[in-house]
Amino acid sequence: MPDQSSLAIEATGLTKSFGDTLAVDGVDLAVRRGTVYGVLGPNGAGKTTTIRILATLIRPDAGTARVLGHDIVDEADAVRGAISLTGQLASVDEDLTGRENLVLIGRLLGLKRAAANERAAELLAAFGLSPAAGRLVKHFSGGMRRRLDIAASIVVTPQLLFLDEPTTGLDPRSRNQVWDIVRAFVAEGTTILLCTQYLEEADQLADGIAVIDRGRVIAEGTPAQLKASIGGGSLRVRLLDPDQRQQAQQTLTRLLGPVSLEPDPAALVAHGPHPERAAAAVAELARQGIAVAGFSLGQPSLDEVFLALTGHPADDGAGVDDEIEEGQAV
Amino acid sequence: MSMSKTVNGDLGTTADAAAVRRAISSTPRPPRPTPASAALTFGWRAMLKVKHVPEQLLDVTITPVMFVLMFTYMFGGAVAGSTAEYRDYLLPGLLVMSVLFTTVYSGVALNTDVTKGVVDRFRSLPVWRPAPLLGTMLGDTARYVANGTVLLLLGFALGFRPGAGLPGVLAALAVTVLFAFGLSWVFTTLGLVLRSPSAVMNAGFMAIFPLTFLSNVFVDPQTLPRPLEAFVNVNPMSTLATVSRGLMEGHASGGDVLLVLAVAAVLTAVFAPLTTKLYRKG
Repeated sequence: MPDQSSLAIEATGLTKSFGDTLAVDGVDLAVRRGTVYGVLGPNGAGKTTTIRILATLIRPDAGTARVLGHDIVDEADAVRGAISLTGQLASVDEDLTGRENLVLIGRLLGLKRAAANERAAELLAAFGLSPAAGRLVKHFSGGMRRRLDIAASIVVTPQLLFLDEPTTGLDPRSRNQVWDIVRAFVAEGTTILLCTQYLEEADQLADGIAVIDRGRVIAEGTPAQLKASIGGGSLRVRLLDPDQRQQAQQTLTRLLGPVSLEPDPAALVAHGPHPERAAAAVAELARQGIAVAGFSLGQPSLDEVFLALTGHPADDGAGVDDEIEEGQAV
Repeated sequence: MSMSKTVNGDLGTTADAAAVRRAISSTPRPPRPTPASAALTFGWRAMLKVKHVPEQLLDVTITPVMFVLMFTYMFGGAVAGSTAEYRDYLLPGLLVMSVLFTTVYSGVALNTDVTKGVVDRFRSLPVWRPAPLLGTMLGDTARYVANGTVLLLLGFALGFRPGAGLPGVLAALAVTVLFAFGLSWVFTTLGLVLRSPSAVMNAGFMAIFPLTFLSNVFVDPQTLPRPLEAFVNVNPMSTLATVSRGLMEGHASGGDVLLVLAVAAVLTAVFAPLTTKLYRKG
């Protein structure tokens, strides 16, 4: 190991513009080895650009970063020798089969033909892709493609894995599979930088989170700290009898604060309660004889996080769209 | 840790947590491949594409066959009075046209890679930097050879017997492929500048169509109106077609051969570094 520092990523003041658009505006990051660090933000916040800088795909205009002890500009090749990247666009070759993709990466990393074939077979089996191994990737489902992409990233075990929005566009079942894979990596001590638009994903997987907006880190902490700073999600209650809604509203307002009424005449929503107090409030409704048909306590959405942290909603048009970034970079 | 045993799609597949853990923990990093090995691996990838991508397969099989049959039998009677005579005039030039047409796909394929994101992975690997491009071009060169070979074999089947025999034919094929190698860098540059594979395809054919048709591939330029004749005579495709004919018939001018190779060298010298630079910049 070239560097005994406890930090896998140390970035200071990273800045990158494309044309007139400032995509990354002075980002600082410190990611400890053996942890999962989440970078949370909406489309165009600068997440992908940050990952691409750290993975040596583009050079920063200003700022410095060391990845696993190597400077990302001066020692780019050493960085590349220790990382793996799973891009937002699923960085696999659609025109090859699943097996060919993994053999290709294995050969490029220096495995001999037999070893590359063996490794591909092992990974295909581990990721549940053996039955599809001989199919062209363009015929894979979104979830299978993602799993292949992640498998391609560990053909040789990386010291640091970049995961750029690994579950965007996946159905919940495929998403859970990807999460399980990430947890397996965590159990083996792999350091992961995870970019995501979903607070729930960062909450489930990450040890630390940086919230990024318009190219800047606007908040940082553990998932618990972050959630505590913005309150809980929202408590949605649906009553059996719409006539009792007014009484329920009074009770919930007294216990939890402002309550808004839903278009559904039997439903109402309290914002930001702590889960324990929300539970107590629901119990109080029952005690008062207000029959509850159902209730749910949602995680705060990214929108709510943004609203709480920045005072403005997370609007997609604010920054540079990642697709456009790519076009402008060439 | 337990992994959810959900069934994915029609394939009934699941990731296996224990196996995933074993997989990520079990690999020592091998020594890096040599530059040549990395480039050849990318060449292997290009070959796989010929197998898997229908357009690329058609490009080396159907296109040359179509060109030969279509142009020989459609124009033969009208232009030369007999298909046999025209075939002998046309085939050396048609070899040039058919092979050069496939160079456009080098740009299309590179653009596809970039827009699909797979280039990001290649660029994040610790391999010799020029390997992806060089290997792809090696694979493409094999494609050019295959295309030309199919065309020539069909020509032989139809009775084409050029004066300089097989050595002359092979020399013509070699010069044509070398020129195609040089020209393909122009299209790879286009492939990295333009936004979509279809834009590259359009721009590429917009260039290659007039360049190949407005040449002496199909007709003797002396029959053309003056300004057109002037263009045809300075068009490097005409020189290449003349060289191809000359080599096959055994009367090639050394100066023309050198000129063609020089143009190929200049194209490579200008556009190969440009492609490499654009590719690295991402």
